[in-house]
Amino acid sequence: MKAIYILCMRQLKRYIRSPARIVGSLGQPILFLVALGFGFRAMFARAGGGNYLNFLAPGIISMAILFNAVFSGIEIIWDRQFGFLKETLVAPVSRLEIVFGRTLGGAIVAMAQGAVVFVICLIAGFRIENSLLLPVAIVFMFLIALLFTSIGTAIGSVLQDMQGFPLIMNFLVMPLFFFSGALFPATGLPKALQFALRLNPLTYGVDGLRGSLSNTYAFSMATDFIVLSILTAILLAIGSYFFSKIQL
Amino acid sequence: MSEMIAVNDLVKNYGEFCAVNHISFTVPEGKIFGFLGPNGAGKTTTIKMLTTVLDPTSGKILVNGHDPTREQKQVRRSFGIVFQDPSLDDELTAYENMDLHGILYGMPHSERKKRIDMLIDFVGLADRKKNFVKEYSGGMKRRLEVARALLHKPRILFLDEPTIGLDPQTRNHIWGYIQQLSKEENVTVFFTTHYMEEADRVADDVAVIDHGKIVAQGAPGELKERTKSATLEDAFIALTGHAIREEEATSADRMRMMGRVWRGAGRR
Repeated sequence: MKAIYILCMRQLKRYIRSPARIVGSLGQPILFLVALGFGFRAMFARAGGGNYLNFLAPGIISMAILFNAVFSGIEIIWDRQFGFLKETLVAPVSRLEIVFGRTLGGAIVAMAQGAVVFVICLIAGFRIENSLLLPVAIVFMFLIALLFTSIGTAIGSVLQDMQGFPLIMNFLVMPLFFFSGALFPATGLPKALQFALRLNPLTYGVDGLRGSLSNTYAFSMATDFIVLSILTAILLAIGSYFFSKIQL
Repeated sequence: MSEMIAVNDLVKNYGEFCAVNHISFTVPEGKIFGFLGPNGAGKTTTIKMLTTVLDPTSGKILVNGHDPTREQKQVRRSFGIVFQDPSLDDELTAYENMDLHGILYGMPHSERKKRIDMLIDFVGLADRKKNFVKEYSGGMKRRLEVARALLHKPRILFLDEPTIGLDPQTRNHIWGYIQQLSKEENVTVFFTTHYMEEADRVADDVAVIDHGKIVAQGAPGELKERTKSATLEDAFIALTGHAIREEEATSADRMRMMGRVWRGAGRR
C-alpha cells in the first residue's frame, strides 16, 4: 500500500513542479472553448439548442481530462527510456502496486487539470444548474481520468519509444474527443456516426458530466455511471496486464 | 550459503539472435566478481536476467538461493543495483529519490532517515541533498545511485559499468567503500566494466564473455598467466580479439535524441 501511495505522490509532485506543463496543456481547451463556445453560440441558440457554452463546457472539461490522462499513462515510455521505471521494476513490490500507484497518480493529475479548465469555463461564463450535483460531476471526472490513464498505461507499456505518439494523438485521442458528443449533441446523427459515438467510452463520460453540470442527458446518469465504471474496470485490468508483461 | 549467485546453462535468444549462449558460473558469498566483455557481448542482458527484469529463454539461475523467474520478491530484496543508464527521477530531489527507494523496499521511517543521511554523507552529497537531481552532474548522479543501491542493506550489489564518467577520485572512493563493504559485511559484488585495470585491482574473480559465451574464467592473475600477458587489458584483448564491436543504436538512444528536440532545454 505504501508503494502505491509513494508512486502516486511522485506523479503529483512532478505535476505541481512543472508549471510549464500545467499552463501548456490549457492552450487547446481554451482555444476550443473560446473559438467554438462563442463562435457557434448564436447559431446553437437559433437552432433551439439553448446556451451553447453550458452545453460545451462539460465537453471541454472532458477533453482536458482525456488529453492529460492519456499523456500521464504514456509517460511510462519516458520513465522507461530515461531510467526511472527500472528502479521501480527491481523493487520488491508487485507490478500491480506499481501500476495502481502510477495510474491513480496520473488520474488525479488529469482530474486536477480538468478542475483548472472547469474554473476557466466558469470565468468564461459557464453556469452550473445544480451545485448539489457537483460531487456527482467529480465522480464522473474521476472515472474519465482513470479510464483514459489506464488506456495510456496500456499503450505506454507496449510501445518502446515515442515514435508512435503522433499516431496515438491523431488516430486515437483526437477521434475519441471529436466523436464523443463533446462538441455536438449525441442525438439526430447519421447512423454510422451514432454507432461510433455509442462505442466511445468518452461519450458516456461527457454525458454524465454534462448531465450533472448542465442537466441535459442523452442517456441517463445511471447508464453513464454503469457503462463508465465497467469500462474503467476492464481497461484498468488491461493496462495492468500489459504493464505486468514489461521486460527491459 | 556459499554460493550467492549460481548460473547454469543460461540462454537468452531474441528471435534468431542469441544474446547469451549457454553460460554457467558461480559467485561465492562475499566475493567481488568482475563480468568483462566487449560491447554487445551479453553482459547487460545477463544482469537483467539475474535481477528479475528479463526472463531467460532457458537455463537455471539462483540468486541468494532463489529463482528470479519464480521468487521475484525474495530475489529483489537480496540485491541493490546501479544500472548502466541513469535511473533517478530528475524531477525529484536527491533526498526524495532515496526516500522513495527506502519506502519501496519497506524500510521503517526512522531507519530510513538515518541510513539515507549516512549514505548521502558518504558519497559526499550531504550539502546538495535538497537539490533536484536534474541539477546534478553525471558524476554526482552516479554517486547518488551507488548510495541508493546500498540503502536497503542488500546481500548482493550489481554494478553495471558503475564508474563510467567518474573522475579517479570518485572512482577510488567508491571502490574503496565497496571493497570495505564486501570484507566487513560480506556483501557479494557483481560488476561489469570496460576499465581492465579497475577489474584487475578489485575483482577476486572475473569471467570474460564474448558473443554471448564465456571464453575465460578465473582470478585476474590466472588469466594473465594463461595468456602470458602483462596486464589484464592485454589478456582481455588476447581472449576477445582486436575487432571493434558495433552496437546498434538502442531505442533509448533514439529517445534521448527525441527528448531533447521535444522538450527543449527548459524542462529537463
